[in-house]
Amino acid sequence: MSRPEYLAPPEIFYNAEEARKYTQNSRIIDIQVQMCERAIELLLLPEDSPCYLLDIGCGSGLSGSVLEDQGHYWVGLDISTAMLDVAQEREVEGDLMLADMGQGCPFKAGSFDGAVSISALQWLCNADKSSHKPVQRLYKFFSSLYACLSRSARAVFQFYPDNSEQMELVTSQAMKAGFYGGVVVDFPHSTKAKKFFLVLMTGGNVPLPKALGTGEDSQGVSYTAKREKLKNQRGKPLKSVRTWILEKKERRKRQGKEVRHNSKYTGRKRSGKF
Amino acid sequence: MKLLTHNMLTSKCIKGVSVGYPLKINASDVKETEIDFNPEFVSKMIPKLDWPVLYEAADSLGKVGDLPKNIIENFENDEDFLKKVHHIMLEVEIVNGNLICPETGRKFPINNGIPNMLLNEDEI
Ligand SMILES: C[S@@+](CC[C@H](N)C(=O)[O-])C[C@H]1O[C@@H](n2cnc3c(N)ncnc32)[C@H](O)[C@@H]1O
Repeated sequence: MSRPEYLAPPEIFYNAEEARKYTQNSRIIDIQVQMCERAIELLLLPEDSPCYLLDIGCGSGLSGSVLEDQGHYWVGLDISTAMLDVAQEREVEGDLMLADMGQGCPFKAGSFDGAVSISALQWLCNADKSSHKPVQRLYKFFSSLYACLSRSARAVFQFYPDNSEQMELVTSQAMKAGFYGGVVVDFPHSTKAKKFFLVLMTGGNVPLPKALGTGEDSQGVSYTAKREKLKNQRGKPLKSVRTWILEKKERRKRQGKEVRHNSKYTGRKRSGKF
Repeated sequence: MKLLTHNMLTSKCIKGVSVGYPLKINASDVKETEIDFNPEFVSKMIPKLDWPVLYEAADSLGKVGDLPKNIIENFENDEDFLKKVHHIMLEVEIVNGNLICPETGRKFPINNGIPNMLLNEDEI
């Protein structure tokens, strides 16, 4: 069967009939619920504390129902009115909104304690309109998502990359937007159970969580780790901009050159006003 | 749409809009629902709220009641206060109306409780 993303744009593919079929299929329900449970596990939320979460591509609320079952509060966004209508009918607890993730997440800074997205991200890799540029839409999405997460929050996406280029495309745009992380592949040796989770972290580069069913204790493909290894090979130190500037100034001072004094502004990004 | 969501929502995705916050509310249909009270969640959210925006939103819907104009001290231990906040941020819902971008005047319609935040090609 051809992948739905290649048949029609999401707001057309998920029409009233498809939305109903999708939400009534018990096999689909089970899978979506299971994947969302795994995504929440990967979010590493503070234990036993109700959180405020964003569900991206929330559809009819199958993933959201897992969030509320675990005591969390959520806001869901989706591009399909038909899917949202079904969510409304099902009386989900989350607050719903019609939005295109490729246009950005419309929230103020630091709004959410975390974000999940189940089976939606692959849609963003397509150009459904002549004006669509997947790279730009992915970047806009990830950078606005980064901004609306609270510090140290994570975002976890279960998705269906069509090929390794797509996985690379998605991951590289997320890293460009400031996230750390990579893809965790659960049950990599099983065609049926194999699942891809893009785990994005805001609070620094910590090791990726372990994948399930690998048969060994291997980990997912850490894109960040790969990139940083490459950088090291090129001989560039991985220092903060500030450290790098301070060291350079030190060197110049030793050479007897004139340097500006250090202040708390040294090595900071300039605001747009300059 | 709950006032908690309104407190987080912006129109900054529109090209040229810098803050896009807070969105003005023009409601034609408002309802009140009942949601389980969870003091822990309410306490956790209070520091994240833009209080004046919440107050103003509740006031514009005629639902402000005796919600204090400012966050009170030691709110974690004041169940009465937390219940008021709970009611305003989770139980008051806008069913139909418009949200209005403070910078451009662009309207985002709310239908059946769902705001439509989709942008046109020329707005992105
Ligand atoms: C397979 S469904 C998953 C729904 C839900 N997360 C679940 O687990 O049941 C994928 C959803 O992604 C939504 N979607 C696709 N592209 C989107 C976009 N650009 N912005 C927002 N939602 C999108 C679709 O409308 C659809 O509801």
